[in-house]
Amino acid sequence: MNTQTVLERRPKPLSTALYRHPKGRLASLLTLPMTWLVGVYILSLALLLITAFWTTDPFTSRVKPGFTLENFQQLFSVPAYFATAMRTLGIALAVTVICAVFSVPLAVFMVKIAGPRLRALLAVLVTLPLWAGYLVKIIAMRLVWTENGFFNWSLSPVGVEGPGFGVVAVILTLVYLWFPYMAIPVYAAVSQIPANLFDASSDLGASGFRTIRTVVAPLLLPSLIAGSVFTFSLSLGDYIAAMYVGGSTQMIGSIIAQNINLNPPLAAAFSVVPIVLVVIYLAAVRRTGALNNL
Amino acid sequence: MNKKYLLAPAALAAALGLALSGCASGGDAAPGELQIDVPDVPQLDALGDTEDEVNILAWSGFVEPAWTDQFTADTGCAVNRKIFATSDEAVQLMRTGEYDLVSASGDASLRLIVDGNVQPLNTELIPNFSDDIVEGMKGQLYDTLNGNVYGIPIGRGANILQYNGDEVTEEPTSWDVVWEADSPYAGKIAAYDSPIYIADAAIYLMATQPELGIENPYALDEEQLAAATELLKQQNGMVSEYWNPATNITSFTGGNSVVGTSWEVLRKATGDEKFKSVLPEEGSTGWSDAWMLAADAQHPNCAYAWMDYTSSPEVNGQIAMNFGMAPANGAFCETSDEAREHCDYYNATNEEYFEKVWFWTTPIDQCLDGRTDVQCTNYQDWTNAWATVKG
Repeated sequence: MNTQTVLERRPKPLSTALYRHPKGRLASLLTLPMTWLVGVYILSLALLLITAFWTTDPFTSRVKPGFTLENFQQLFSVPAYFATAMRTLGIALAVTVICAVFSVPLAVFMVKIAGPRLRALLAVLVTLPLWAGYLVKIIAMRLVWTENGFFNWSLSPVGVEGPGFGVVAVILTLVYLWFPYMAIPVYAAVSQIPANLFDASSDLGASGFRTIRTVVAPLLLPSLIAGSVFTFSLSLGDYIAAMYVGGSTQMIGSIIAQNINLNPPLAAAFSVVPIVLVVIYLAAVRRTGALNNL
Repeated sequence: MNKKYLLAPAALAAALGLALSGCASGGDAAPGELQIDVPDVPQLDALGDTEDEVNILAWSGFVEPAWTDQFTADTGCAVNRKIFATSDEAVQLMRTGEYDLVSASGDASLRLIVDGNVQPLNTELIPNFSDDIVEGMKGQLYDTLNGNVYGIPIGRGANILQYNGDEVTEEPTSWDVVWEADSPYAGKIAAYDSPIYIADAAIYLMATQPELGIENPYALDEEQLAAATELLKQQNGMVSEYWNPATNITSFTGGNSVVGTSWEVLRKATGDEKFKSVLPEEGSTGWSDAWMLAADAQHPNCAYAWMDYTSSPEVNGQIAMNFGMAPANGAFCETSDEAREHCDYYNATNEEYFEKVWFWTTPIDQCLDGRTDVQCTNYQDWTNAWATVKG
């Protein structure tokens, strides 16, 4: 008996229906992701943003619907809030720059100089932090930076003292946490640069530095920007690092965490700050065309 | 002896007296007593049959199988436990209406009472709530309001001054080592990371700047709050770290902090005898926890049974020993040598010690010290002020 004919004769109502109704086909493809995106993500984000215009009963901390711009006004009128927002922005930029500065030479070394075994080893080392949980890493970093911690223990004999808890420790900890997110795209970009571009540049009389500036840098820029989106936005929202290694440092996330139960509208208004900063950053980045490759 | 320091216990005794007199008058407030408008929630008149379960919101360590299993065997009430991490979280969770009981600290209880989330308790249905409950834990302002009892005490503790005996060789007798700009320990001072820490500054100001007229560290008018905030801002430059229970221990053992506020239970957890504690002469803040019953509790009979069960000397003592605090039931201290040692260590029945302790209370617009000519600052004001301190 011919199996082909059996298959042809078997009724397939679902496939037939989907074939006949293109809209149904589309719906079946998009329903699940769209429910997630709209229902879970965008809707809850919108609800949060609406709360930013509401008020809180000062005694019972109950949120009351209404309309006030006072919460947003406070972001600018209270010097401590504004200073905290600026400090957080500075930390995020510093983390991003340090990650970028570290990852370029590392990627160049891994691709152009290291042998296959060393390259594999380095790749494992770079991604190693991703294997551990976030809190585990933060607490490990806390132990590194304490007065009697690993850093001072290993380097104080040669006269180097750790920074102690504070802004510097927060920046270094965040660099440690987010470095793989920058290093991996940069490594991928470097490995895609054909070797003959270097030869061509050299044949045309360019110095090594000029080759890096005019050939390598433009090719790496998109990956640096892609990586920076991660390092920048993740740093803006972080508050656990400030809590564990910040000493007396306060970040935007600290204020949100402090107010999330007591004054949710103020916390909601504050959570708009990183959103706005990231949107501005993405808009600036989009003009470079780097996001087209993501 | 410093005269200023007598102010704190005197004021506390006065406040206690007010609260106790309200208690004794059985519902009718004595004239001049602090009256706060609260929703009228009825209390239970008589117990019925126990339900098959009870849902409890608790601090970590308060509800453990070591004593819940026996409770379930005795009453048939299965215990469902949900752990919360902060008082603010507890308040939010209680308002979901899914829980029967909460182990509320003083900084949460007023909020719960005033919002109508908890109901007054009929203490006659809780036989273990008896004379054995230590004096200082009955009729406190935050769980006894307008003559009604809202909370059944569990335990209490003081926020002590902890120091590293290797670095601080002379025992500090005053909080000045953490507040004064010329402190020899500047840069090595640990401070508690919460708006309620403003009360610690207020207690120091009570002793050092009596002209501010602070009578109760939880009743600050705007001017007094500004003074406390100023003191905290000055301290900010000397703080090594604002701690929470997760960071306190390594802050001291790691060497970043040598002196600062702490809890006895955290000091013990450092596991090192060089870390010592003292209750300075100005007095200190502290905490006191009590079971509170949800206004619309689904399982009130099991809840009452639980409150009675955990108020017995044995069970109350187990909770206190497990958590590291002074038990509410003083009779526990006589049950064994181990219990006596525990009670001595935590000053369980030493009212003189706790007279210097101002238990956490929610600051509200109405001045808790009885002033009516001025509006006080509420906890939201404190939260905002706290952000400016850490600026």
